[in-house]
Amino acid sequence: MSSSIGIYASQISGHLVTNNYSSIQTVTVGSGGASSITFSSIPSTYTHLQVRYFAQTNRSLVVDDAFITINGDTTGGNYYSHQLQGSGSSASAFSSAGNGGGGVGIFWPYAFSATASGSYNYWAGGVIDVLDYANTNKNKTLRSLSGSDANGAAPSGYPAFVTLSSAAWFNTSAITSITFKSNGNFSQYSTFALYGVK
Amino acid sequence: MAGATYVPIATQTLGSAVSNITFTSISQAYTDLVLIANFALPATGDATRIQVGNGSIDTGTNYSSTWIYGTGSTASSGRASSDTSTRFAGAAVGPSTDFATGIINFQNYSNTTTYKTWIDRYSGVTSSEVNAMVGLWRSTSAINTIKLFNVVGSNFVVGSTFTLYGISAA
Repeated sequence: MSSSIGIYASQISGHLVTNNYSSIQTVTVGSGGASSITFSSIPSTYTHLQVRYFAQTNRSLVVDDAFITINGDTTGGNYYSHQLQGSGSSASAFSSAGNGGGGVGIFWPYAFSATASGSYNYWAGGVIDVLDYANTNKNKTLRSLSGSDANGAAPSGYPAFVTLSSAAWFNTSAITSITFKSNGNFSQYSTFALYGVK
Repeated sequence: MAGATYVPIATQTLGSAVSNITFTSISQAYTDLVLIANFALPATGDATRIQVGNGSIDTGTNYSSTWIYGTGSTASSGRASSDTSTRFAGAAVGPSTDFATGIINFQNYSNTTTYKTWIDRYSGVTSSEVNAMVGLWRSTSAINTIKLFNVVGSNFVVGSTFTLYGISAA
C-alpha cells in the first residue's frame, strides 16, 4: 500500500476566497536596503491586523532585534513586552519596558538574522497579531511567533532563536500606522505584509 | 485596494492510516503558505518531521531547526544542524484518540533568491507539550512540495486532517 498521498493543487477546484482575511499593504525592500518599514493610513475597517514578515538586516555577524513604533509614538514608557525564547540550548524568558530601543519608541526582539557582507543567506520569519487595533476604549495588545536559524553558522552566542512575544501599547487610540526598525538596515528582499482580519 | 486572500489550496482528511502526508505541485502564486494539521499517531514515542523540495523532496542534510517546548513542568530548547528534515512535533505525539494541532508558516516560499524559513507551533494532548519551532532549508529553490512524516514510521491515524492555505500579499 502506498504510504504517500499526493495532492495536486492544480486539480483542486472551487477555492474558497472569503473577505475575512485581506491583504492591505506590502513593503518589499529594494536593492538599497531600508532603515525602516512603515505601514501608514491603516484602515479601521477590520477587527484585527496581522503582519507577516521575512527579513534580514545588513550588519555583519550579529543578530539584530527589531522594534515597533505605533502611530509614531516614541514615548518609551508607553510600551511593554514579554518574551519566551529558545536559543537551541536553553529556554529563557524576559521582559522589556520603556525606551529600550535606541531612541525609537519601542518594543522588541524578533530575532533577525544578520548578513555578513551579503554572504549569509539566512532569514528570519515571523507572524505578528495586532488585536482589536481600531478600538478606542482599550490599550492595545500584540503577540508574535518569530524565529531565525542559520544552521549553526550564526555568530557565537547567537546560534538561533525562536521567540514567542506579547506586548502592549498603553494607548487607547486606534492604530493607524506601524513602523519597524532594527539596529541595522533591512536587506534587499526583506518583506513585510500587512493583512486585515474581520 | 485590499485583496481577499488566505485560500485553501488542498485538504487531506485521512480515511485510512498513512505514514506520511505529501503536498505536491503547490501553486507558486502566493507569498506565504500555512499548513494546519490536526493529527494523531497510534502510540506515543514518535516525532513528526518536515521535509520540502522543488519537484521532489530534498532528503539531503540541508535542514536545521531550533525549538522551544514546555511540558507542564519544565521549559527546554534544542536544535539540530545539517539535518535531513526539521522538527515539527516532539517525540510524544499520540495516542490515537488524542488529536494534536500544529500550524506551520512557510514564509516567502516561492522566491528563488533566499534560503527558506518556516515557523510553527504545535500543541500536544496527552504529551502535554507546547512547542514552537523555526526551520531552515538551505536552498534558494522555490518550495512546491511539502512532506510530513514520522521518524520511527508510525502512521497518521484515520480522521487526521491536513489543510494547506495560500496567502497573497498585496
